[in-house]
Amino acid sequence: MEELSLHILDLIENALAAGAKSIEICINEDTGQDELRLEVRDNGRGLTPEASAGVMSPFYTSRTTRRVGLGLPLLKATAEACEGGISLESEAGRGTTVAAWMRLSSVDRPPLGDIGASLAAALARQDPPKLVYRHYRDGRQFRFSSKELEEELGVIPLQEGLVLNWLRQYINEQVNGL
Amino acid sequence: MKSLEELRQIKEKALEEIRLREQEKKVQVIIGMGTCGIAAGAREVMSAILDELGKRRLTNVAVTQTGCIGLCAQEPLVDVIFPGKPKVTYGKIDPFKARQIVAQHIVNGIIIEEWVVNK
Repeated sequence: MEELSLHILDLIENALAAGAKSIEICINEDTGQDELRLEVRDNGRGLTPEASAGVMSPFYTSRTTRRVGLGLPLLKATAEACEGGISLESEAGRGTTVAAWMRLSSVDRPPLGDIGASLAAALARQDPPKLVYRHYRDGRQFRFSSKELEEELGVIPLQEGLVLNWLRQYINEQVNGL
Repeated sequence: MKSLEELRQIKEKALEEIRLREQEKKVQVIIGMGTCGIAAGAREVMSAILDELGKRRLTNVAVTQTGCIGLCAQEPLVDVIFPGKPKVTYGKIDPFKARQIVAQHIVNGIIIEEWVVNK
């Protein structure tokens, strides 16, 4: 994956496949600590301890639930190339949290990329999840909540092309302006 | 006892029905967004479609996504469904082709046979 935002989209897809209704994404860029940390937390069905142990292997897949494919091993490889790592916490029936951290200044660190497109893609569903995105950059913060957006829109559905197009550009502008 | 909470639930239900009814009248565009699709560029395809819809001010199109459907070699996959018509699946779509699909298929109603994978 060439962008961190593609990894994030992949993690969101995992969460959606696990039946998550609420997904929280948090990115923290800290120049002082020279660290980038990203976290995706969902309230999906979670993983059994056996599955948790297996998901880091590229050869592990759970086709019945479509919970994981190559996504996590790819993220792990990216994080480790940037002197970082990933962690996975999951409780069956409660949800899953995947976190990754890496050295912010590492030459191998992929750019964040088109995060607006990733979030727009995640919300382009018949029954979109409640999505909260928080981005911190050296203490400055941008926060987006799809629930608040839906309240603003009223009867207009979120997956309307024009709405998603606006959303993509809005998020990118806000994040780049941090 | 009637409560405001109950009224809110009625409102929610009514809104949901309106949404569903509106949904049925719309053209649906579905993009495969599994790990295979994402790696093949499905997100860029979706962005191109959204951008094209925005430029053309098309409000009757719902853009949604789906997971891996097992046709990974043909990713990125784009389905176009007109109300009451069978699904048309396009394979190996890039942002340029995606814009063509909006112009030719969605606006003019002409299927681009060359790129269709479910003939």
